[in-house]
Amino acid sequence: MILLTQADASLAFGGEPALVVALAGQPNVGKSSVFNDLTGQTQYVSNWPGKTNQSKAGMCDHRGTLVQVIDLPGAYSLTANSSEERVVRDFLIHDQPDVVALIVNATALERNLYLLAELLALPVKIVLGLNMLDAAAQQGITIEAHVLEAALGLPVVSLNAARSEGVHELLDAAIRLVEHPGSYTPNRPEIRADHRSVLADLERLIAPYVPAPYPADWMALKLLEGDHQITELLQPHLGEAWESVHAILMQHEDAILAIAGGRYEWIGRMMRAAVTQPRAGQLTLTDRIDRVATHPWWGMLILLGILGVLFWLTYALGTPLQTWLDVNLVQAGSLWAQAQMQAAPPWLTGLVVNGMIAGVGTVLTLLPVLLIFFTALGILEDLGYMARAAYVMDRFMHLMGLHGKSFLPLFLGFGCNVPAVMGTRSIESPKARLITIMVTPLVPCTARLAVLATLAPIFFGTQALLVTWGLLALNLVVLTGVGVVLHEGFLGGEHKAFIMELPLYQLPNLRMIGVSLWQRLVDFIKMAGTIILVVSVLLWALSTFPGGTIETSLMGLIGQKMEPLGRVMGLDWQMLVALLTSFVRKENTIPTLAVLYGVGTQGAGLAEVLSSRLTQPAALAFLAVQMLFIPCMATLATIRQETRSWRWTALSMGMLLVISLGMGILIYQGAAVVGWK
Amino acid sequence: MLFKHHHHNHHRQADVENAIDEQELPLSQLRAGVAARVVQVAGGNGLVNRIACLGFTPGAEVTLLQNFGHGPLIVCVRGSRLALGRGEAEQILVTTIEA
Repeated sequence: MILLTQADASLAFGGEPALVVALAGQPNVGKSSVFNDLTGQTQYVSNWPGKTNQSKAGMCDHRGTLVQVIDLPGAYSLTANSSEERVVRDFLIHDQPDVVALIVNATALERNLYLLAELLALPVKIVLGLNMLDAAAQQGITIEAHVLEAALGLPVVSLNAARSEGVHELLDAAIRLVEHPGSYTPNRPEIRADHRSVLADLERLIAPYVPAPYPADWMALKLLEGDHQITELLQPHLGEAWESVHAILMQHEDAILAIAGGRYEWIGRMMRAAVTQPRAGQLTLTDRIDRVATHPWWGMLILLGILGVLFWLTYALGTPLQTWLDVNLVQAGSLWAQAQMQAAPPWLTGLVVNGMIAGVGTVLTLLPVLLIFFTALGILEDLGYMARAAYVMDRFMHLMGLHGKSFLPLFLGFGCNVPAVMGTRSIESPKARLITIMVTPLVPCTARLAVLATLAPIFFGTQALLVTWGLLALNLVVLTGVGVVLHEGFLGGEHKAFIMELPLYQLPNLRMIGVSLWQRLVDFIKMAGTIILVVSVLLWALSTFPGGTIETSLMGLIGQKMEPLGRVMGLDWQMLVALLTSFVRKENTIPTLAVLYGVGTQGAGLAEVLSSRLTQPAALAFLAVQMLFIPCMATLATIRQETRSWRWTALSMGMLLVISLGMGILIYQGAAVVGWK
Repeated sequence: MLFKHHHHNHHRQADVENAIDEQELPLSQLRAGVAARVVQVAGGNGLVNRIACLGFTPGAEVTLLQNFGHGPLIVCVRGSRLALGRGEAEQILVTTIEA
């Protein structure tokens, strides 16, 4: 199922892993800390063919034994309720890892052990990693690991993943299980007495037909739970037997309540001797913070305050640093390269200076802003605040066909679309994440807004502010429309129930935030050195050859060829070329226009030419297209990187082209109909 | 035992004399700070399945942490905090527990 794993592992370590350990766990258990502790810098992402999910894998040299560690998506149970849960169970059944290391959060042990109850119905060996014991102790919860181990009949290892404690002991336990399979005698939950005979009947009926490698007893259990995916999978195999199976299932439609209830009764028995709970009714720190943070009005104010501080930091710190990098990295680098290349042919100098340094350098100047945004996102997420922000915003985001967790990444998009697309990593549901990525370019970034702020006064004078707000509103309306259409078309209009865990607040783990920040920045720099480099050189060539100037270049010629398209929007070819060059960076629009109209960017030159060349409807059409047009190449490359799909990247580009040009035509032609000149 | 949807009526009639204060109501009508016990979960199979896995099974103790009478609510169940849409909370029938 997993691509790359064995080949990459062998390449990196020169050997096959002796053991495959899959990390499983519910969300918010610190599983990625465990994964990072074990695999360090040897991680790589594996694709699951035919699915939007990705899973991380990595290698661990554990006391001389090479162990492959697979990080499975967070799942509350093993039902067909979410794609993460389906990925986990498909992996366990089809790939059969040697050991499953189940990481549980000691502060929510009862609910966490539900996944254990489900895992025990599958033919896998399990070790339990008991994480966040210190946070549990703060809540007054004490857990005796060895008592829990005795009750469960499987290895229980205490962890402090935030401080890398216990993770190698977890692998020790996994290796012992593989070396001494006879020692594994777990206490398995049994179905309640009143459903025992029904389950036995089902298993007997389906056993001859169950396709490999599915275990018949597990299939019978899932059928009884009403699992639609398993039912659909099994029905064609059952033939005549389906009638009898169906009749039984119809009689026990809500068996899931008895099955889940039975699992929780079993969990209660397992925990009884090992866990001491605090007195009920104590008000915890989390409760006290949540009185404000999740309040309908106070919560909104806090969220706005946090965003205000974040954007203030960006403008006070990020923007000056960006300018500094632009002067000292890009411009100084260009001058230096020009000095070094005096003997080189002009085209080569152009390639290096205007192609490579200008393109890659400009993208690298985004680093300070990315650093600020990702640090803030990491802290908010680790603190447990992201779930609250999502909770406060969920109602509004639902109207746009989006999830509450889409709000923060999208809002970051006003600063820069690149961290917005990368920030969607915190959205667990792959579909919700993909929809968020697809609508992100419709959030106008600072650069787009700067172009709008420069051009709107030229065309509309005193009404510029009105036009600016109108176009901003237009973007949000289009974003909502696209969100709803994608949600209806893509999720089949399925109404997703609103159920979300609100984890305990905890002090952020700066090491983990650093690791994830580092990974994001490395990904970004890699992207700048590869895809951005190629695209920059290509775009430079397009805007230089064959004639040497932009008018006589291929891009200029394309613009002139597209003049008929421009005419339906009231635009001349120069305006179209300006749109094309904005693909490198949005700010390019204005210098391109200045060059093409043969005027300077400063003073009245450009303003005069533009207002004489374009009627007001045409100008409005141009600004609308500019606001809705395909994003810059850095954003598009990030979309490709995060979706790992050229198809979705092309779809995003195509969709935005159609929407933006369509809107431009609509505005210009609409103005002609109502007689606005 | 299995709690079927029509069972709670029998259950209610049988208990009505000796448990006047034991009133059944949807979770969405519970006030903040009140503890209750789940009696029944209704709704489509997908929803019941999700809710049950998270711990809302008949007999489970829940404490309502936040309910403003509109919008989603926050519930403590099986030792963890869950935000729940009002529509979902209407499908969970509970009886209050005397403190």
